[in-house]
Amino acid sequence: MPETILVIGEQQAGRLSRVTLETVAAARSLAARTGWAVEAALLGDHVGPAAQELAQTGVATVYALQSPQLIAYTADAYIAALRPWITAKQPKLILLPHTYQVRDFAPRLALALETTLIADVTGFVYDGERPLFTRQMFQGKFAADVAFSDAARPWIVTLQNGAFRADTENLAPALVETVSAEIPDDAIRIHPHEVFREAKQAVDLSQSEVIVAVGRGIKEQKNLEIAEKLAAALGADIAASRPICDAGWLPLERQIGSSGQSVSPKLYLALGISGAIQHIVGMKGARAILAINKDAEAPIFEIADIGAVADLFEVVPALTEEIQKLRAGA
Amino acid sequence: MNILVCLKQVPKKDARLALNEAGTWIREDVPYEVNEPDAYALEEALRQKEKHGGQVTVLTAGPPRAQQVLREALAKGADRAIHLQDDAFAAAGPLRTARAIAAAITDERFDMVFTGLQSDDFGSAQVGVLLAELLGWPSATIIIGIEKTESGVRVKRELEAGQFQLLDMPMPCVLTIQSGINKLRYATLMGIKQAKNKPVRQVTLLEVESSAGEPLQQIARLYVPMKQKQTEIVTGTPAEIARKLAELLRDRVRVI
Ligand SMILES: Cc1cc2nc3c(=O)[nH]c(=O)nc-3n(C[C@H](O)[C@H](O)[C@H](O)COP(=O)(O)OP(=O)(O)OC[C@H]3O[C@@H](n4cnc5c(N)ncnc54)[C@H](O)[C@@H]3O)c2cc1C
Repeated sequence: MPETILVIGEQQAGRLSRVTLETVAAARSLAARTGWAVEAALLGDHVGPAAQELAQTGVATVYALQSPQLIAYTADAYIAALRPWITAKQPKLILLPHTYQVRDFAPRLALALETTLIADVTGFVYDGERPLFTRQMFQGKFAADVAFSDAARPWIVTLQNGAFRADTENLAPALVETVSAEIPDDAIRIHPHEVFREAKQAVDLSQSEVIVAVGRGIKEQKNLEIAEKLAAALGADIAASRPICDAGWLPLERQIGSSGQSVSPKLYLALGISGAIQHIVGMKGARAILAINKDAEAPIFEIADIGAVADLFEVVPALTEEIQKLRAGA
Repeated sequence: MNILVCLKQVPKKDARLALNEAGTWIREDVPYEVNEPDAYALEEALRQKEKHGGQVTVLTAGPPRAQQVLREALAKGADRAIHLQDDAFAAAGPLRTARAIAAAITDERFDMVFTGLQSDDFGSAQVGVLLAELLGWPSATIIIGIEKTESGVRVKRELEAGQFQLLDMPMPCVLTIQSGINKLRYATLMGIKQAKNKPVRQVTLLEVESSAGEPLQQIARLYVPMKQKQTEIVTGTPAEIARKLAELLRDRVRVI
């Protein structure tokens, strides 16, 4: 029997999440090199439609782990369902998307299986035939290739959102096998309530053409004025990285990133933003990215089309003037 | 309510980092600070103590230099500290760190453990969650609100894309705290003075090493990532940069 890669997917209200498709694509690329088989699992009370969708992604089998106890996510129920089942199945590698939900249970699952987890992986490299897993370190300033030791089994790896391209073609459907998960009543210690949003968002930046975004490099609330003047000159909307919203300098609804809005403007101007992955996932869809940052090694320059290694307090007011000049001349 | 807060000392955000000779870790001669979400975890513990009484204990696993984050926490109002002190903790990885912490606190009694949701160096987002499993306690992650209830706590969990969820959970439990849950305080002069007399329990690597276990994963290589995109870097004086950027915005990006 060849080794298997088990993808544990995510579904919401019967729909497969996009990151699950990315995870399957990553599994298939590993399988192409290693010859390992790819299988997938989904958890829920009834995962039928999502399981059918998953069955058409090129995996050999889909397991639908079902139980009324899995209707709402809890780490406790997930571990109770997965632990005995995975112990019996003995996969070589378990791949999951690095979502907020997975972050909540996957480390516990690894420990319950007496193994280890390499988190937030962005790619693979091979040491001979052995895959190593690449992940960011020090907020993206470095990358590390990480190896499992011989004693680790199964390997558990979570994949960064957007690191792999999802295949969208529909392939011949694989078999969907339903497994009823036995979860003891007293296993679940946490009682989740409904998912909600705060008061309705008044600002929708998803349609913005031009966005001027400020980060911690702006230093003080009163300095926001510099960015606001630039935004006015460009007819742009103002947005921010998380620390600016945490400090209350701009409302949460102007936060860009994994816990804020995702935008794809024609131009995204990043002022004093380092380019942490949680910010980048919200703005990398911009057609052009211009970054002004005084640190030449800031990860934002990895994805910027145009960059200036400079002090924003010197460049931004001058840029505002230049734009006003060009506008007046036009 | 007795709360343990786990703190990590990480390189300062604007520190210039360089690789060590072997290319397995960074050179350690850089300025350090407390990991940002951990600072919020400490603040939250102090606020809970002010509301409900009890003690706040702070813990770090790190080299001698990491004592600084304990001192600062004691100055802000934590009652006592535990330092798992060894150079090996700097790059120990999440699993061994969590095991060492669990071993160090077996004789302690806490109602809750708070950690930051992830560290700025490894960024694995695992230690708090692993600690919960090792202690046999429930856990919840990315927490941005905590209210005590009759039977435990009601916590607010941040989800993706601006969504949230409330959870009811019993104590003891482990919570990993998100930045922005509260507003941080500064240490007072009085606090700094008092901190000098607060107890710090030292734990050696030897005491916890057997519990930490063998490393199940290793960093084979650390390196500066390859650039994926061609960036046009504009240079010159600030005035020249501004002019060139404006021209690019007009001619290339066409937003002027
Ligand atoms: C679960 C989770 C969810 C998150 N969600 C989000 C999210 O939705 N959105 C988000 O943005 N972040 C999010 N974060 C936080 C993220 O990891 C980063 O901490 C954050 O994006 C950093 O913001 P920043 O770039 O403004 O600050 P920093 O990382 O501190 O960067 C500041 C930058 O400013 C530069 N600078 C300083 N002074 C100047 C100057 N005078 N001129 C020019 N440049 C200067 C510095 O060189 C530095 O690069 C999340 C984190 C986690 C763990």
